[in-house]
Amino acid sequence: MALADARAMCPDLATRPADLAREAAALASLRRWASRYAPMVATDGVDGLMADISGVPHLFGGEEDLREDLQARLERAGLHAASAIAGTRGAAHALARHGGGIVPDGRLAEEIGHLPVTALRVDHDTAEGLSRMGLLRIADLIPLPRAPLARRFGQGLVLRLDQALGAQSEPVAAEPDAPHFGVRMTLPEPIGLQSDVMAGLARLLDRLCAKLAQHHMGARRVRLELRRVDRGSAQVEIGLARPMRDPARIAALFAKGVDEIDSGFGIDAMRLTAPVTEALAPEQVSGQIGGGTSIRTEDALADLMSSVGNRIGFERVLRLLPATSLIPERSFLMAPAAYSAPEPTPHRAGSNRPITLFPPEPVTDASGTPPASFRWRRMRFTTLRAAGPERIAPEWWFDDPAWRSGLRDYWRVETQEGPRLWLFVTPQAQSWTGPQDANWPATAGAQNWYVQGEFA
Amino acid sequence: MRSDLGIATNPADPFDLRARRVHEAEGRGRRAFALFQAARHPGPLVWILPSHAPELPMLRGLPRGVGERLHLFRPMGETDLLWCIEEALRAVPVSLVIAEPEKPLSLTAGRRLQLAAEAGRTTGLMLIRQEAGSNATETRWACEPLASQPADSTLHQWALNKNKKGTLGRWVLNWNGTSAAFHMVSEARQRHEPAETAP
Repeated sequence: MALADARAMCPDLATRPADLAREAAALASLRRWASRYAPMVATDGVDGLMADISGVPHLFGGEEDLREDLQARLERAGLHAASAIAGTRGAAHALARHGGGIVPDGRLAEEIGHLPVTALRVDHDTAEGLSRMGLLRIADLIPLPRAPLARRFGQGLVLRLDQALGAQSEPVAAEPDAPHFGVRMTLPEPIGLQSDVMAGLARLLDRLCAKLAQHHMGARRVRLELRRVDRGSAQVEIGLARPMRDPARIAALFAKGVDEIDSGFGIDAMRLTAPVTEALAPEQVSGQIGGGTSIRTEDALADLMSSVGNRIGFERVLRLLPATSLIPERSFLMAPAAYSAPEPTPHRAGSNRPITLFPPEPVTDASGTPPASFRWRRMRFTTLRAAGPERIAPEWWFDDPAWRSGLRDYWRVETQEGPRLWLFVTPQAQSWTGPQDANWPATAGAQNWYVQGEFA
Repeated sequence: MRSDLGIATNPADPFDLRARRVHEAEGRGRRAFALFQAARHPGPLVWILPSHAPELPMLRGLPRGVGERLHLFRPMGETDLLWCIEEALRAVPVSLVIAEPEKPLSLTAGRRLQLAAEAGRTTGLMLIRQEAGSNATETRWACEPLASQPADSTLHQWALNKNKKGTLGRWVLNWNGTSAAFHMVSEARQRHEPAETAP
């Protein structure tokens, strides 16, 4: 039914757009639940599940009981589902979408014969062509000669018919489960000592890292959950500066967090998970070969980043990366070192740049262009030599509040007192204030000098 | 001991910081001095400065090869800053730790950093404010930029004011801030001895 028709019948109809991602997630979790009935469960389209229950029904007391059990459990969870059991995948698919039921062994053709041809998983054009020929039911197709049928409607129809009737095999292609990186441990007696928790953690880490190594993954965050005997829980989470699966090095990072937790009356269960993982190829173990030392240096540096990042925050452990902008503030990026790789600084071209950069600080008592003398940070400076100007225009495609004053003319000013400063003047701001404040042309101009950096 | 020998065999270069120790630099030119040392230390560099410090190293102005080796830590608060310094000094692969503590270091903190530097075989350089030095430091440098009359030189005056295992000194040199190369500027002085005349 189209939405407009439905609205016409029921004006108060509440509608919501379909959320395909959440539907798929719900189906995936339902698939995980359905694995209680069969080892191989696959999703079947966007709205179905297909389970290979060969050898399973007797565990539930037969096919009828199995199906009733499934339906009852789904009903209790508030899900309306139709189910069918058949000897072939195609027949089960067809029957589940047309009433459901159970097809006894050997009676496939009779039981699904009354279903329409659309149940055969054929595309729309084929189904329409078949109905134009007067072939409405599957039973109409079965006695027809295969060769003309295939010539007219393609091999696909014949294949689907054979699959539904069992002449062609079609396995349940269950996709592999995504590996779950979590291990747990329950303890017969509650523990409370820090050394005991660390010993338990070491055992869990060994298992977790073995699992990570098996899937060629490395952990980026590791979370330790501790359950206390009074049902309370504590949690310690650490971040790693790069994907890692070395138990000893991860355990060292937990030491501080474990030190801070309150064990109460004791801890009787531990759970260790790696919520964020990244691919990590196996490393070559090199003993005396030259690569060994550099790998060890990298490891030690990553350990430093991890421990510092866990204490002060990974967003405060930074690296300078070059950026393509002429604006001084944007000519480099400060990127978190844990999530970036060092880049070589491009060859320096053009005029040189200061070693330190700070937000522009206004200069007072400036006179002339470039100023012959000025005051900055409560100190008097006399210009010995000035190089410039270097004109830098604002990037019009960014609205940067600091650059609203327009163009900047940068000067490298060597002062008699020693410091070599990076001064700039904003000529456009000067020209605006000039005509308006006719009485104050000199000071208005003088106020527009700023210091933004210091050279070596 | 090796660095002591190094100084002894290479008297022309007095700016080698003794390895595995923490040093201090003060004055307006302390950041230039730190970058000069950074260019001379191969290996990873760590620069620790408070998160609210406005003065940041500018990548394009740094000496060649320093930018890609540099890591910036910007901790909040003095305790975290000292902890970061100690942790970085303890890390073996780091070659030079540059830090800008805000308050004067206590003797305990200074001594602790020396022990960390020894344990991690790392050199440390504290950029301190005027008169904010610690007694535990190995050397203390006073660094000032100097105005230069010739247009093509950038002069620095670096004075060694405190030295636990050597002599003090004062040098004027020309370092342009792009590489580790520098030129000593000989001091102009009054001549007391008679000029040598050709025989």
